[in-house]
Amino acid sequence: MNLKPWIAIAAISLSGAAFAQDSSSLSVEGEALLTETAAPEHMENVDTIYSGWRFRSGETQALQTDDFDNPAMIFVDKGIDLWAKVDGTEGKSCSSCHEDVADFAGLRTTLPRVEDAGLVTMENLVNECRTERMGAEAWKYSKGNMTAMTALIGLQSRGMAMNVAIDGDAAPFWEKGKELYYTRVGQLDMSCSNCHEDNYGTMIRADHLSQGQINGFPTYRLKNAKLNSIHGRFKGCMKNIRATPFAEGGEEFKALELYLASRGEGLVVETPSVRN
Amino acid sequence: MKNVLGAAIFAALIATTASAEDVKPMEVAFVDGTVEVSLTGKAGDAAEGRKVFANRKQGNCLACHTNADLSEESFHGEVGPPMDGVAGRWSEAELRGIVTNSKMMFEGTIMPAFYKDTGYTRPLDDFAGKSILTAQQVEDVVAYLMTLKEE
Repeated sequence: MNLKPWIAIAAISLSGAAFAQDSSSLSVEGEALLTETAAPEHMENVDTIYSGWRFRSGETQALQTDDFDNPAMIFVDKGIDLWAKVDGTEGKSCSSCHEDVADFAGLRTTLPRVEDAGLVTMENLVNECRTERMGAEAWKYSKGNMTAMTALIGLQSRGMAMNVAIDGDAAPFWEKGKELYYTRVGQLDMSCSNCHEDNYGTMIRADHLSQGQINGFPTYRLKNAKLNSIHGRFKGCMKNIRATPFAEGGEEFKALELYLASRGEGLVVETPSVRN
Repeated sequence: MKNVLGAAIFAALIATTASAEDVKPMEVAFVDGTVEVSLTGKAGDAAEGRKVFANRKQGNCLACHTNADLSEESFHGEVGPPMDGVAGRWSEAELRGIVTNSKMMFEGTIMPAFYKDTGYTRPLDDFAGKSILTAQQVEDVVAYLMTLKEE
């Protein structure tokens, strides 16, 4: 068996991968946003982390640089309306208790986090307010009301560095998320790492593989013209490799979200981002 | 009328299910990652293999491999090695092994096994218990790859 051609080609594609994201700098509304930084220490196989923005076409990138052009902002406006809307048996809106949504600056950078021995996401916190303090029905995990609200709240942290806790109480959840990241699933038998760690920067058919960073979620996708939640995106990825997705809002995806958030430590929140 | 319908159903079954004479996915004999004997006992059809190679619902090989012979198709992936001249680098038995289950030759590769129907974690219901390609499709792809010689 002659392995040499394969090894030579593999070496070329590996050396190419590290340089394949573009060199553009992101500026939103005139404010520079960091899209690359040194990988956190816990990442064993990657030296530099890059925002998914760096892997998109110039046209798609441009949509995120100006809030008037950013199609996600329509949904942020919807979030502003929902913020002030009274709902539920207690006659309250978000604004009844939270004076200004801007007070949530920084929240996105720390989620998901452990509360009462469980891992909670922003969606969980929103629904906890709705069901326990407003007497309103929980919103569906990835539907329009929820993504509008998580976009509005996430936007308050735009430009702030991701910084989730992964030690202490969070450690077992983080370990579980890491295990999921490296576990092959589905008929195509692939793990997250196969594409987003080993092959980022290369083309998979028409798609430019990114590192799978989640610092821009919920993200507006040109593909479906709406905001997409983190767990909704996980679900789409799993279906692509012909795997039965885990439940949105379930323990597996929450753990994976924590692990991925930690792989983006130091990148800044871009919510709401624009992708293809 | 009834017989005509019966014949049509029979023909459809032949087209979509594995023939009884095919080597079953889990019974394929690998030697150092290679598979010497045709999975169907016959030579594959290179023209059909070319279609399977490009078809997104079948091999979708272009998702990861560039192939100048299919330049009419847009968007060739770059995850795996280019296919140009592949017949000069690998023997038929090696190519059959790689398409059937490349992990037998390249441990830890991202490349899916195209003729393996068990041992998957959480496969979608529609694909559970099935291989990505049939034995015939594997042979067709192998026959096609054997035509990709360096000019």
